[in-house]
Amino acid sequence: MKLIMAIIKPFKLEEVREALSGLGVAGMTVSEVKGFGRQKGQTEIYRGAEYTTNMVPKVKIEVVCDDALTARVVESIQQAANSGAIGDGKIFVLDVGQAVRIRTGETGETAL
Amino acid sequence: MSLLTTYRGAAMAAGLSLLAAAPAWAQEVATTAAATAPVPDKGDTAWMMTATVLVLLMILPGLALFYGGLARSKNMLSVMTQVGAAAALAMLVWVMWGYTMAFGDGGNAIISGFNKAFLAGITPDSMAATFTDGVVIPEYVFVSFQMTFAAITTALVLGSVVERIKFSAVMVFAVVWLTIVYFPIAHMVWAGNGYFFGLGALDFAGGTVVHINAGVSALVACLILGKRQGYPSEPMPPHSLTLTGVGTGLLWVGWFGFNAGSALEANGSAGLAMINTFVATASAGLFWMIAERLAGHKASALGFCSGIIAGLVAVTPAAGNSGPFGAIVLGAVASVLCFIAVSKLKPMFGYDDSLDAFGIHGIGGMIGAIGTGIVYAPGLGGPGGADFDMAGQLLVQIEAVLATIVWASVGTAIAIFVAKLLTGLRVSPDVEQVGLDLGEHGERAYN
Repeated sequence: MKLIMAIIKPFKLEEVREALSGLGVAGMTVSEVKGFGRQKGQTEIYRGAEYTTNMVPKVKIEVVCDDALTARVVESIQQAANSGAIGDGKIFVLDVGQAVRIRTGETGETAL
Repeated sequence: MSLLTTYRGAAMAAGLSLLAAAPAWAQEVATTAAATAPVPDKGDTAWMMTATVLVLLMILPGLALFYGGLARSKNMLSVMTQVGAAAALAMLVWVMWGYTMAFGDGGNAIISGFNKAFLAGITPDSMAATFTDGVVIPEYVFVSFQMTFAAITTALVLGSVVERIKFSAVMVFAVVWLTIVYFPIAHMVWAGNGYFFGLGALDFAGGTVVHINAGVSALVACLILGKRQGYPSEPMPPHSLTLTGVGTGLLWVGWFGFNAGSALEANGSAGLAMINTFVATASAGLFWMIAERLAGHKASALGFCSGIIAGLVAVTPAAGNSGPFGAIVLGAVASVLCFIAVSKLKPMFGYDDSLDAFGIHGIGGMIGAIGTGIVYAPGLGGPGGADFDMAGQLLVQIEAVLATIVWASVGTAIAIFVAKLLTGLRVSPDVEQVGLDLGEHGERAYN
């Protein structure tokens, strides 16, 4: 099993969700996050006082899937979240040691 | 009759100036012509009661939201509470000794006599004079209307000291400041035997009494209190310009009570004040955004709101003393100069007038007060007579402005030091960091 963690632009979330649903991914976790990479922040001005925000708002999605599906999930996210502009985000793939469905106690891939 | 004569003479010299020796006139009438005592017009009375509650709307929730939105979220409740509680305290002080100090009988050019302390002698049958001979309104309505002015002026001052001043210090400051600053200035400008009134200074709805006074007091108070922790290196953006926008709208609506109500009657003068309160404000809102564009920024929502307030402030002394097109120009000029004051002057001098009470009310008030001496001219569409002497009037206006600045500065310094002596004035660094909502009131604005 793999954990696929992607940081994407917030407005791309719906496209990514649709693409993953098409692949049969059963669930995902979404968080609103802030961070910085190469994309610069924005300048805000209030009555002449200028503030540069270094942190840019992003959405983080986390999906766990079986090994066979991993490559296609990563590819789908990469395509759906791509706007061609700087700041489109990153995808990370991590190994998952175990998964447990709390209601039934099922473990491993059947718990996904 | 001497007071009455003073009033008529001044009124003639100044044209449509303000308030007059209201109680004195009322008493003249009551004592000399009981049989023909004027009956208040129901239209005037109804309008003045409405105007009075419109000014309350300016404070709660208007000013509370306008200021609150500009603060950081951890201080939202503290700003709203300070504004509300200072205004409430001002109302009580007003009926105890404020009204008599400003509008009681007798006294001198600085304050009135104390015969109306605790509203002594006022009954539902007591009448207060208006600008028209023989036209009166119930004195209780006049007391209430003027009460709201004292309340909002106190609250306005707080704009420069929020986010670090103790709640208890605000309460002490309010009592002392009202007593030694607001009541005497209100008397000097609006009472028939007041110093500025005697000079013939034009101040329709309180440019000097309310705005220059509040703005200058705010500046002095924030200089003594010191900067907020982290100012100006740390970002302190407004936490909700949405609420500031809502507050701006409420202030504009309420300001019709403030300005048009200052005519004291439902008549053409009130109508003139009304249209000027529309057009000067509209012009100022747009011109602030133009100034932003010329300075290389984007036209902003906060700029629009700030311009609206600057225009309202500037048109206050001119409301019934200007033609509509004079008011449009006045609003535009005040807006641009206030923009420069808050975005250039403040950073240059480095004082922490947190919500720009001085930059907008102080500067806007001065432009308005001095500008009123120009737009009053009949050649510019103003209501002045053909013999209006602009140079002479400007000198009087400037004298009133300077005297207000000096009086407010000295009085505020005293009031702040008294508050410091009794309360310590400033919250601890820990409370400032966690926010005054939790530290001073034990609540959070947003859960």
